[in-house]
Amino acid sequence: MDLIVTTLVFVADSALDVLPIVAFLFAFQWFVIGKRMPNGGQILAGFLFVVVGLGLFLEGLEQSLFPLGRMMAEQLTHPEFLFDTVEQAVAEFSWEDFYWVYIFALTVGFSTAMAEPSLMAVAIKANTVSGGAISVVGLRVAVASGAGIGVALGCLRVITGAPLPYFVAAGYLVVILQTMAAPKEIVPIAYDSGGVTTSTVTVPLVAALGLGLADAVPGRSPLIDGFGLIALTAMFPIISVLAYGQLSVLRSRYSKSNRSGKDSD
Amino acid sequence: MGHAQLKDLLRALAGDARNSLRDLTPIIVVIGVFQAFIIRQPVDGLMSIVVGGLLVFAGLTFFIFGLKLALFPVGEGLAHSLARKGSLFWLIVFAFVLGFGTTVAEPALIAVATEAAAVAADAEVIANTPEAMADYAFGLRMTVALAVGVAIVLGVFRIITNWSLPILIISGYALVVLLTALAPPEIIGIAYDSGGVTTSTVTVPLVTALGVGLASSLKGRNPMLDGFGLIAFASLTPIMFVLIYGMVV
Repeated sequence: MDLIVTTLVFVADSALDVLPIVAFLFAFQWFVIGKRMPNGGQILAGFLFVVVGLGLFLEGLEQSLFPLGRMMAEQLTHPEFLFDTVEQAVAEFSWEDFYWVYIFALTVGFSTAMAEPSLMAVAIKANTVSGGAISVVGLRVAVASGAGIGVALGCLRVITGAPLPYFVAAGYLVVILQTMAAPKEIVPIAYDSGGVTTSTVTVPLVAALGLGLADAVPGRSPLIDGFGLIALTAMFPIISVLAYGQLSVLRSRYSKSNRSGKDSD
Repeated sequence: MGHAQLKDLLRALAGDARNSLRDLTPIIVVIGVFQAFIIRQPVDGLMSIVVGGLLVFAGLTFFIFGLKLALFPVGEGLAHSLARKGSLFWLIVFAFVLGFGTTVAEPALIAVATEAAAVAADAEVIANTPEAMADYAFGLRMTVALAVGVAIVLGVFRIITNWSLPILIISGYALVVLLTALAPPEIIGIAYDSGGVTTSTVTVPLVTALGVGLASSLKGRNPMLDGFGLIAFASLTPIMFVLIYGMVV
């Protein structure tokens, strides 16, 4: 019964969230373009789906993805799990003790990005634009590796409590340097891929993981240390895709010089 | 509605359901494997997690299906007509409203803002009451939405005036560094994360449509490069605005 009530509250809230953009779009259509909305019925039905879907989704997050992220963080950092004994002083941990956290973060980041439907579209576009130099699978692996490294590094940062701005500043410095050196047509694709990995399903799970870690690891505060995973998950794919672009250029140059060598035989 | 049309809609719905399932499968598999082989402990509230997972699946499917049925075609149509119309005033108004409105409806942002409010309440930065938490989450979301609105306006200006994107982005990050030094430490993580949250399901397709529509109606612009420029701004300004929000609140 509770579930139904909270779900209805979420659906009502979603209606308020979606209302402004709907009102503005209709107003623009009528007053600025001066035309009636084509397919008005279909569009209203669509918005109904958006509102109900958003409400169900948010209720589902509260019930499943948030608790799961926190539970994984708690279980993987539990002293009993780490050292097989409760007696071990928890204060004497070092960051390597939490290797299962990094493995989990890497797997979650990699696999969610690999399965992301919108990444397929980006990869196919990239393949066409580059005339086949960038392979579809290659780009997906590059993005997914970046996402995995991003989540894992984010967890390492939460556990060590190192300041987030250093990580972000260093990362973007690398991005700027790579942008200058990488082939021009990969640059927009690389920047786009950062947004692709922070999908609607991944963000809540990764956020909950970070907050759960900050809660569970002694000496960390969720407010100061718990955030930042999303920022790094969005940043690392840019680096890995730019690197992949640089590699592709090198490889095609190498195979071209090889082929011309064979031709002269 | 004709029979064939209904069939097409059902096929589209099935396609969206498949995509949602694809989104969720790796999470289920990875967590399942970790639980079964590595952690090996009973899971508390398994039933509620399963029900929640089904709600996430159904919700995401309906949400995306509805977006494709309504918001995307209307938004894209409007973006193209406005770009062709050539009225700078209405273009700017539309750019702002589009950025603001889509961000308000962004599910990932709603979720993260709620979490951030709960964490802030636990740390006694704000009062630990439902009202104070709702206010904080609302303020955070409006700040991010305002930031994305401004970002899209900036991006539209850039496409029209052809300012250099790298210079704008690099000076933007320089400003972020400066603001980071001035902002209270408890807002920094939330601010940096909000940049990644905005470039998600609702905002990206519509904003890209505006950029591509505008760039293809102006001479000598590259639709691919300029469409992307808008998103780059949209993930930069929220960091600045939320840092400022942290200094003010």
